[in-house]
Amino acid sequence: MPAIDVKPAAAPKPRRRTRRLGALGLLGIAILAGWLLVALIGPWLLSGDAIGAAQVFAPASSAHWLGTDYLGRDMLARIVLGARYTVGVALLSTVLACGTGILLAMFAAASGGWIDAVLSRALDTLTSVPSKMLALLMVAAFGASVPVLVTTAAVIYVPGAYRIARALAVNIYAMDYVAVACARGEGRLYLMVREILPNIVGPMLVDLGLRFVYVVLLLASMSFLGLGVQPPAADWGTLVRENIGVLADGGVAVIAPALAIASLTIAVNLAIDSLAGRRGRAR
Amino acid sequence: MGASVDVRDLRVVAQSDQDEQVLVEGVSFSMRPGEVLALIGESGSGKTTTALALMGYARPGCRIAGGSIRIGEVEVTALDAAAQRRLRGRTVAYIAQSAAASFNPSRTLMDQVVEPVRIHGLMPREEAERKAVALFRELALPEPERIGARYPHQVSGGQLQRLMAAMAMMADPDVIVLDEPTTALDVTTQIEVLGAFRRVVRERQVTAVYVSHDLAVVAQMADHVLVMRHGRPREYARIEQVLEAPAEAYTRELLAAAHPAPRPSALTPEATAERALLEVRELSAGYGKVDAKGRPEQLILHDIELKLWRGQTIGVIGESGSGKSTLARCIAGLIEPCEGYVLFDNRYLARTVAERTRENLRRIQMVFQIADTALNPAQEIGEILARPLRFYFGLRGAPLRQRVAELLDLVKLPAAVAGRRPGGLSGGQKQRINLARALAAQPDLILCDEVTSALDPVVAAAILDLIAELRRELNLACLFISHDLHTVRALCDEVVVMRHGRKLAQVAREDYARGPHHPYYELLARSVPELRRGWLDEVLAQPHHAA
Repeated sequence: MPAIDVKPAAAPKPRRRTRRLGALGLLGIAILAGWLLVALIGPWLLSGDAIGAAQVFAPASSAHWLGTDYLGRDMLARIVLGARYTVGVALLSTVLACGTGILLAMFAAASGGWIDAVLSRALDTLTSVPSKMLALLMVAAFGASVPVLVTTAAVIYVPGAYRIARALAVNIYAMDYVAVACARGEGRLYLMVREILPNIVGPMLVDLGLRFVYVVLLLASMSFLGLGVQPPAADWGTLVRENIGVLADGGVAVIAPALAIASLTIAVNLAIDSLAGRRGRAR
Repeated sequence: MGASVDVRDLRVVAQSDQDEQVLVEGVSFSMRPGEVLALIGESGSGKTTTALALMGYARPGCRIAGGSIRIGEVEVTALDAAAQRRLRGRTVAYIAQSAAASFNPSRTLMDQVVEPVRIHGLMPREEAERKAVALFRELALPEPERIGARYPHQVSGGQLQRLMAAMAMMADPDVIVLDEPTTALDVTTQIEVLGAFRRVVRERQVTAVYVSHDLAVVAQMADHVLVMRHGRPREYARIEQVLEAPAEAYTRELLAAAHPAPRPSALTPEATAERALLEVRELSAGYGKVDAKGRPEQLILHDIELKLWRGQTIGVIGESGSGKSTLARCIAGLIEPCEGYVLFDNRYLARTVAERTRENLRRIQMVFQIADTALNPAQEIGEILARPLRFYFGLRGAPLRQRVAELLDLVKLPAAVAGRRPGGLSGGQKQRINLARALAAQPDLILCDEVTSALDPVVAAAILDLIAELRRELNLACLFISHDLHTVRALCDEVVVMRHGRKLAQVAREDYARGPHHPYYELLARSVPELRRGWLDEVLAQPHHAA
């Protein structure tokens, strides 16, 4: 009998990458890339002195594109310098939180039994502590340095990432291909990295995007309360707080940093959505 | 009373971003009231799509693009959405393959059975319940007065399937669509359900469309058959004509696959002179909490004894829940037995994978039932096959690639498949990869767990041929687990019959036709549908099945 079910590979239609990502996805990636670039090389882009004493709360003009702040500093320069803190700290803590969450989740799923139970209950306990209060305590105890902020945000968001990753990993672990690998004699590390991880990366990317937004908002609100990055350094949350006085007048000094925060979180979600969607369709 | 159905030039397409893909094209048939038409073909042949079109329904992303569907005097394609909703459940009713997935687990059966007539506002609740009880009785359900108060998990699969039929019949539809209604059932249950379905269809004179991939089942139910392949009709004739004088080559292939020919054995007399390759002694296993004596709460396997020689294939047969998969997993070390031993090549095997040597793990390989879940969708085929080669033999570089190509050749797949992911392969191709991965370890024994059950008959026959060929080429011993006695008898040197975790009987190949055997074996043998008209009547006439 001939091998009846062998047919030639249906060659995937060559499509431009841009089409698959969609216009919105590209927009998100572009904005995100822009902010990352600003965070990395921003300080060298600035020509003049950021602390030039100009008019306080000047409106947008050709000299100061986004006006000036409450001390007469150029707002654009402040946002560019703040990008380093907002984007950097948020990205670091999100990656840390999701990475730790995924690792622990895969370990729990591949181990099962008491390890799974202990890990899950321990992280559930962490969830029951109010996040703002935990942040307050951490800052009060260790000061408001960048490493403390990154750790705090990461600790707060590990349990959420763990929960989702564990739910996914447990389902994957029940699959026959994992049983095949077990029967072959593979170790726990192989099961985690080669069998489980590739199958949960897609959904976890989406989760990462959501969690990034939470982290940005947490950091911004901490800064707004004065618990975040300390002056003279300033992230976007601080900028909003500093210039809150002109909010009633619709001053550009308070709207600009708020818009920057919004654009970052929206861009991340657009980018992640289109990337995850593309992965989904590729299956 | 049924209605006539007339379908002309039906065309259903799937629409994606830009292009259109034709799912069904050029399908025409007509049925008189009370007739039963079978739509038969492999998965993806468009048979369900055609059947759903009778309700004016196309799955999400698809649409009925052309042709006409007349039920009685009504042109279905011309109805607006509201009129189509009225049509469904009232004029045309649908019985799905998996009743378990179609019932809401948190509501009583009666609530759900009367729901369609309540939604359409056809009759008050009390009247609906009286009618439901009458239908339960007609469908030979136990305790017709009280079964409605139960929840879906409190009845068996076969009963659930009949309850679904009751739900479909509540509104006295003119046409019912039965979509593989017995495929998920055990053979002995299937008989009762088929009998109940046929009685209801005949007595009420409904026009029925029966979708199936199983010609033997169809032969009991249908008047006409429409054979479909790749979305097009291949043959449309009376059932007798299809069975006796099929016009199309594809129909003949289907017929051949329906009664599999015996495959040559790989067992030699010299092999049986040695000690057995695998010996299972008094093996028991189970799940749940372990008591003081080390016995788990729920015993799945009781005192199993089994001997398997090099080159021999033993078929393990039983219905779902009989413990046959658990047996394979115990031998593979995936489940720890609570009592008994497994001897392999004259040595005691450790109980779990973690305690076994890599060499012993290599020599016993397991092939899983559903290739979809047995292949990691995130890995390329090349990697899936390369891993055991690296793991057991430490192969790298060119020899590794060469061996992967050899393995693909062994299971008759082109080398180019190595670069693809499982998602890009058909069901049969995936099962071949599944086999190839087991063979990569150069095992002495393979444990095949229902490897052909999820495949279309023609594809399954090809896989059986492949296994038969490979076991001879490689002198493999094989434990072949299946619920299908036909398949097992065609391939295996001996058949072990299991029920409720116990081994009931063991029958050698030369005794298949000679009896008498254990009554349960006889029952199973009788229950496998045969490819002739009137088989169901004969079986139902026998005292055991008198429903």
